[in-house]
Amino acid sequence: MKIDFTHKQAAHCENGVVSNLMRHNGFEVSEPMVFGIGAGLLFSYLPFIKVNHAPVFTYRAMPGLIFNRFAKRTGIKVKREKFNSPMAAKARLDENLKKNNPVGLQVGVYNLPYFPDEYRFHFNAHNMVVYGKDGGNYLISDPVMESVTTLTEKELEKVRFAKGAFAPKGHMYYPIEFPEALELEKAIVKGIKQTCRDMTAPVPIVGVKAMRWVAKNIRKWPDKLGTKKANHYLGQIVRMQEEIGTGGGGFRYIYAAFLQESGKLLNNDALLEHSKEMTIIGDQWRDFAVDASRIYKNRSSQTDAYNKVATQLEAIAKKEEAFFKALRKAV
Amino acid sequence: MKKNEVPQDKSNLESANIKDMYYAVDENGEYTTELSTGWAPKTIALDNAIQDIEERVEEAKAQVLNNKLSPIAYYMELHKMDLGILASYVGFWKWRVKRHFKPAVFKKLTPRTLQKYADAFDISIEELKKVDS
Repeated sequence: MKIDFTHKQAAHCENGVVSNLMRHNGFEVSEPMVFGIGAGLLFSYLPFIKVNHAPVFTYRAMPGLIFNRFAKRTGIKVKREKFNSPMAAKARLDENLKKNNPVGLQVGVYNLPYFPDEYRFHFNAHNMVVYGKDGGNYLISDPVMESVTTLTEKELEKVRFAKGAFAPKGHMYYPIEFPEALELEKAIVKGIKQTCRDMTAPVPIVGVKAMRWVAKNIRKWPDKLGTKKANHYLGQIVRMQEEIGTGGGGFRYIYAAFLQESGKLLNNDALLEHSKEMTIIGDQWRDFAVDASRIYKNRSSQTDAYNKVATQLEAIAKKEEAFFKALRKAV
Repeated sequence: MKKNEVPQDKSNLESANIKDMYYAVDENGEYTTELSTGWAPKTIALDNAIQDIEERVEEAKAQVLNNKLSPIAYYMELHKMDLGILASYVGFWKWRVKRHFKPAVFKKLTPRTLQKYADAFDISIEELKKVDS
């Protein structure tokens, strides 16, 4: 059985799944639109949680939040199910496929056979759509892939029941109720306001404050942790910023695309200008990554080099702070 | 970033036929998407991370051969896991898994406990008991 489903590659898996599922249900919504309305853009630093033996840096909202907020703001109802037993999870999936309903799944990346070995880490917040079953093989639309692929029953069970942080527990989701027409205008404004609020929040672990905290720590790393660990941490920042699914520059380009599309939709020229500004900020993040990579490539331990990237990061924080304050006033 | 500036560096994505999608502006300033074969700064970061894991695996292996750690510690590193992830796979508290890193404790583990570890690493109990495979 195969559901007539159009696969379209996206930069990021969660936006991509939402965008593809929406299209399947007759609503054309772009990936940046989903990302912006869902207030996906963020910066967060969680030094007390370690992933791959380095602190957590993230440039996006928590997994699942983007779709939830997008759905709430556009009046869509999403059904979500988690399972204790793999058997029950498989049965519910098969049931939905029989009803011609493609579903989104949260999966772990570590056991995805079509990912290159180097990319297979214990990261459990990947998303994909299952749109059919051919004998023992599930038909998979993974938004970060150019074309569709398949997984055997056993392979799919393994990734659906991956363990560790954010364990998916067979998590399956799909939209069940839609408004008559999507009213994006209000949703866009709400999404923008939330991102502005989050990015300028008065707490040290999110937004521009978190960037400043990271910058401060980068200056201390070489003395406190030694070159090897300091470089490993720096590498982790760059990986999180530029990993598959960010669209480049830690999601800043996707956000710029969202601002451009919104500016046109709302006839708001200020948003178009802000889109250009965000593109420049994205370029600065890229420059930061280039300079950081020079440090860990040469394994240099000059404190100077660390100070330089820290200063760069502080400059970006200053720019983003001004940006989000101005953006807040534009809507 | 401009569309024609989207990096097309060599990377390990090629082998799996995956391309990264970027958002970039075209010559008219309109946002569009472009695929990328890779970007050097990112590839270096990933290579370093992989190398770091390989070093951890080698170190764990040496410790097992010196009878300082049980093979569980080695297989954990080999599978890119940390204590939290492994504990979650086998369903034990972290301190218990840590205890199982002790060679003396490992020797006394029941077949049932060993099987849990073997399943987590997708190997047999025989393989779990040695590291030189």
